[in-house]
Amino acid sequence: MVKEIEKTGIPVVHICTVVPISLTVGANRIVPAVAIPHPLGNPDLAPDEEKKLRRKIVEQAFKALTTPVTDQQVFEWN
Amino acid sequence: MTKKFRLVHYINQFYAGIGGEDKADVKPFAKDGVVGPGMAFKNALGDDSEIVGTVVCGDTYFNENLESAQKEVLAMIKQYEPDLVIAGPAFNAGRYGMACGAVATEVMAQLHIPAVTGMYEENPGLDMYRKDAYIVATRNSAIGMRKAVPVMAKLALKLLHGEEVSPDADHYFVRHRKNFTAEKRGSARAVDMLVKKLKGEDFKTEYPMPAFDNVEPAPALKDLSKAKIALVTSGGIVPKGNPDHIESSSASKYGSYDISDVKTLTEETYETAHGGYDPAYANENPNRVLPLDVIRDAQAAGEIGSLHDHFYATVGNGTSVANAKKYASEIAEKLRADGVDAVILTST
Repeated sequence: MVKEIEKTGIPVVHICTVVPISLTVGANRIVPAVAIPHPLGNPDLAPDEEKKLRRKIVEQAFKALTTPVTDQQVFEWN
Repeated sequence: MTKKFRLVHYINQFYAGIGGEDKADVKPFAKDGVVGPGMAFKNALGDDSEIVGTVVCGDTYFNENLESAQKEVLAMIKQYEPDLVIAGPAFNAGRYGMACGAVATEVMAQLHIPAVTGMYEENPGLDMYRKDAYIVATRNSAIGMRKAVPVMAKLALKLLHGEEVSPDADHYFVRHRKNFTAEKRGSARAVDMLVKKLKGEDFKTEYPMPAFDNVEPAPALKDLSKAKIALVTSGGIVPKGNPDHIESSSASKYGSYDISDVKTLTEETYETAHGGYDPAYANENPNRVLPLDVIRDAQAAGEIGSLHDHFYATVGNGTSVANAKKYASEIAEKLRADGVDAVILTST
């Protein structure tokens, strides 16, 4: 899905838990997520802490979208 | 003197020197001895085998009269009482590939002798006939003849002598699945592979991933604060009740949902339709999959220009690559039409 959209010239950042799959399939901007059932959250954290974590991941996604890339790149945040 | 193996060669009108497309409706005929590329095969095969006859058929005739042409060609091949048949190679010629594949497959099924042909990987004849025929990988045009002939001849000789052949060693496309008994059970083989991988040694997977074509990265956003961002997910986030009935696996559709007046996703309003992970966390707080709450915060802070008024969702659980491509290409069309500058796509 990432590639079909990116093909049209719209940059896509893929936030996903299983980074190797994203790399194999061919996403160019990848931000690792937390866990499969809660990629942008962590139920063990207090609600406001959890939201901060989500904000951090999304900030990283913004960074990926504004970073020129020539090849596949993983934007780590932790 | 020992008896020579008898071979028959199947070629089309072009390689028989009759003509091109204008002669593609030539009916099948047989000629004793070698014709055209048969000479190269004769040289490569050596002394213990002989091409006793060549059967020629126009590509159009063969494909337009598939059943009868197949029968006629097979009867002509049979009269030579061959031990093996070579067809083509067809390179990337579609009709010729279909003919070579059909001839090779029929020869193996009806005459119970091996048949070898050659094709380029995208030849439609390959997908049709690869399960049965021995199809050697060739280049996409006749320029590859010089390389293809020795490989095909070597495979033919091995088959004639009853030697063991394999797709790797003999450069033919994998045929039907072959059952075998491994010495070690699957878990032990997997651990062996893992240990090799950890040591940085070469290992061979038993389940190769399909090849994916990569896409050129799109240019980065110049100014995030003016950009229109859209959210897309394969994590199955849908309005509560799943109004479009997106399936929990092998999704046959995607949904488009208006969020222009939505600030955050709650347990009461949204849920996941995904059947491939424990839905408890996503149902409790759908922002964990589709981070609308923090995007709205970023929007309020002026960090991003705007958020697209719809998000798109499907369930990425056993969904075929072809379907995923189809949905995404439709979604991309809509995003472009709506002037979206960048996409955040979340996957579980």
